[in-house]
Amino acid sequence: MHLAYPAVLAALLFCTGLYGVLARRNAILVLMSVELMLNAVNLNLVAFDVWLSRAAEETLHSGQALTLFTIAIAAAEIGIGLAIVLAVYRARGTSDIDRLRDTAEGHETDTSETGPGTEKAEATA
Amino acid sequence: MNPAATAALAAAQHGFLSPSGVEIAFVLVGLATLGAALVTVTTRQLVHAALWLVVALGGLAVEYLLLTAEFIAWVQVLIYVGSVVVLLLFGLMLTKAPIGRSPDADSGNRWAALTVAVAAAAALVWVVVDAFRTTWIDLDGPAAGSTEVTGASLFQNWVLPFEALSVLLLAALVGAIVLSRKAKAESSSPPVNARSVTKSSLGVTESSDREGAR
Repeated sequence: MHLAYPAVLAALLFCTGLYGVLARRNAILVLMSVELMLNAVNLNLVAFDVWLSRAAEETLHSGQALTLFTIAIAAAEIGIGLAIVLAVYRARGTSDIDRLRDTAEGHETDTSETGPGTEKAEATA
Repeated sequence: MNPAATAALAAAQHGFLSPSGVEIAFVLVGLATLGAALVTVTTRQLVHAALWLVVALGGLAVEYLLLTAEFIAWVQVLIYVGSVVVLLLFGLMLTKAPIGRSPDADSGNRWAALTVAVAAAAALVWVVVDAFRTTWIDLDGPAAGSTEVTGASLFQNWVLPFEALSVLLLAALVGAIVLSRKAKAESSSPPVNARSVTKSSLGVTESSDREGAR
């Protein structure tokens, strides 16, 4: 098999995930797009590992080992990410990342919009 | 003759215009995977995005099988399709994601995002094709990623990272539990005059829910 096929598929999947991260508004959809990008990298690692295990005499199978590590770290990331999204949702009542701009600079006009969220945060604090 | 030169010779013999059966299967499954990924990032129904993500991740598992990395394919099915998507669906349910079409699934900068993504895709595909046009993967012979080979290399050469990863997973587990328990622990032990505050904050949450649904 030509190495170009998995490499091109991985590049296209990565850019699909990139579009999703930049364009989505719901935090959980952003997490899904991050998963797509991680999977594209995994496909690259596996394809290059299969190629190198044929081309080289001695191999550590580093691509496949790193793929397994990436899958485990992605599982940890999705758990932590969802816990953070749930905590934000509990505190603010929304998982819309366009509204979470309390720490942004130059958005004084948005204080009325994020007013209830800050009130709630103060009430629970 | 060294193996790299052999592989280059094999790639010269195999043109792109006469694909092998494995390549045809790879391209077809790859098209399905890419289509499912595109629907995942563009659909306006949030639950459908998670379900299309299952198709994309399952297609990637088939691609791993075609690349003879069977252990990783089954790990992909078990972890991604089995647990990550279920976690995402639970997250969508717990944040009260709207069922049906939500008009504001995409933010206002989608055209900038599309520009960045298309430019990155064009650059990456150009560079990758230019670099690996003549590279040939020899898929014959024993599988490169069978369970035996993967296990042997993992426990001969990668033992320390493996153990460190188990500690990292434990830390992530504890962290997720702490993050998701903290608010509940604070609100379950209110001070004496906290009832009115809790009630008003509940009302605020409901109003902001309505705001979010709108």
